[in-house]
Amino acid sequence: MDYILHLATLVIIYAILGLSLNLVVGYTGLLASGHAAFYGIGAYSTAILTTSLGVNFFASMAAGIAASAGAAFLIGAVLSRFDGDYYALVSLGFNVIIYSVFLNWHGLTRGPLGIPGVPRPALFGMDFSSGVFFLALAACFLALTFLAARFVARSSFGRVLKSIREDEKAIQVFGYNTVYFKLAIFVISAGMAAVAGSLVASYINFVDPSSFTVMESVFILAIIIFGGLSSLKGSVIGALVLVLLPEALRFAGFPQAIAAQMRHVVYGLFLVVLMLYRPQGLFGEFKL
Amino acid sequence: MTKTDAILKTKGLTKRFDGVRAVDDLSISIAKGKVTSVIGPNGSGKTTLTNVLSGLAEIDGGCVVLHGTVTLKKIRPFDMPSYGMARTFQEVRLFEQMPVIDNVLVVLTERSVFGALFERHGAFHERQAEEALKKVGLWEKRGGLASGLSYGQRKLLEIARVLAVSAGRQMDIIIFDEPFAGLFPKMVKTVSSIIRELRDEGRTVILIEHNMDLIRELSDHVIVMDSGRFLAEGSPAEVLERRDVIEAYLGE
Repeated sequence: MDYILHLATLVIIYAILGLSLNLVVGYTGLLASGHAAFYGIGAYSTAILTTSLGVNFFASMAAGIAASAGAAFLIGAVLSRFDGDYYALVSLGFNVIIYSVFLNWHGLTRGPLGIPGVPRPALFGMDFSSGVFFLALAACFLALTFLAARFVARSSFGRVLKSIREDEKAIQVFGYNTVYFKLAIFVISAGMAAVAGSLVASYINFVDPSSFTVMESVFILAIIIFGGLSSLKGSVIGALVLVLLPEALRFAGFPQAIAAQMRHVVYGLFLVVLMLYRPQGLFGEFKL
Repeated sequence: MTKTDAILKTKGLTKRFDGVRAVDDLSISIAKGKVTSVIGPNGSGKTTLTNVLSGLAEIDGGCVVLHGTVTLKKIRPFDMPSYGMARTFQEVRLFEQMPVIDNVLVVLTERSVFGALFERHGAFHERQAEEALKKVGLWEKRGGLASGLSYGQRKLLEIARVLAVSAGRQMDIIIFDEPFAGLFPKMVKTVSSIIRELRDEGRTVILIEHNMDLIRELSDHVIVMDSGRFLAEGSPAEVLERRDVIEAYLGE
């Protein structure tokens, strides 16, 4: 039972990450490959504020959202001038920079030692520390994120984002300063990623830099490409499948000695086959 | 032409690409409320001129004067509407993987981030989009993706986009870059009546076109370019009879 609760919580955290990243990659067509940086900023904000300052979890999440959005604003101011492959590379570069900050700013993050003892949330005497309650709380945040993402996607703003993806110059000629739009969605997306970060820090009770590498960003990208770009439902389903698939492979009966390696091989093959036969992902309306 | 007649002027406008002067010291004047055709052989710089006017290509020399008062040495693409300008593209530039109606709606909505997030005029914009799509005969196709349209329909959708935005936002200069190329006769009729209607509403139309019959039929004034330079101008009847114009076109 605990195992299932654990997996469900992880699915929810990755679904939030997928939803937030899809707004940038799927809707706006910008291959942002540094999403783990904002996930990390959320996680570290909660870890630092709850352990050293005794701040309430929910307040630490709000601070995390603000910190992540602030960092995204600064990064986005540079990043939004790029598009295409350059956008992907520059965003990846920022991921590496932020990871290095987590790893090397010992005074703040304790570097590779990480920060242990991050508490589970509590509010007005309600305690979310048990697995079921935490799962329910995470599900509420997923619902909120989904609604926020849907509001953005269906607004006139969301329509402009899609037109940037289709032909940025063409929409500029109609009076839209696309740099502001790209910056705004990047900041919104980073804020949402921080929600997932706060949740994971509190859920695992521990943060360390290794959870926020470029590989993690690639995993989140895989979720939304698998589920379908510019499909919110796809982001959630993508998280469900990609988080659960490696777990399912545990029961595939590979010989003990090579089980771990085989899981990775099958997992990788699965992604390759999907891209060959359905490049727009499960629910996608658009391929990169 | 007196100064007040000219809604748009270029003074010594120059645009270079790797040493080639695509637009070379060009000084022309576009009359307000008229259809002015810009013609010339391929590579004469017509499309580069539209790109410079719409901010997609930077100005390398000279300037553009709007309404006789505003002098521009640098044009940013997203400033176009604030100068009252809208355009179509020679190679159709639609938002392919978006529904037909969204291709029109997207240019009507608020231009600021917050305005667009909390849009308040959705229903009004939908009526405007409906009107424009009906005018070009694409209303029935509104739900499908733009990428599913035929070539001619795609050109019409671009024109609907410009129509909608000019109706809603008082655009007074509209640039059509080869709107008739590849259209069926019936569509040609639709587009030429749209251009006439725009003129009758008092808007200024800049038309880039190759078809001499349409130029005769639609333009009040014709400007001829050759190798990026000004070659001749006048009424269609005058200009199209001139020997140097015919030579430039036919390469004799």
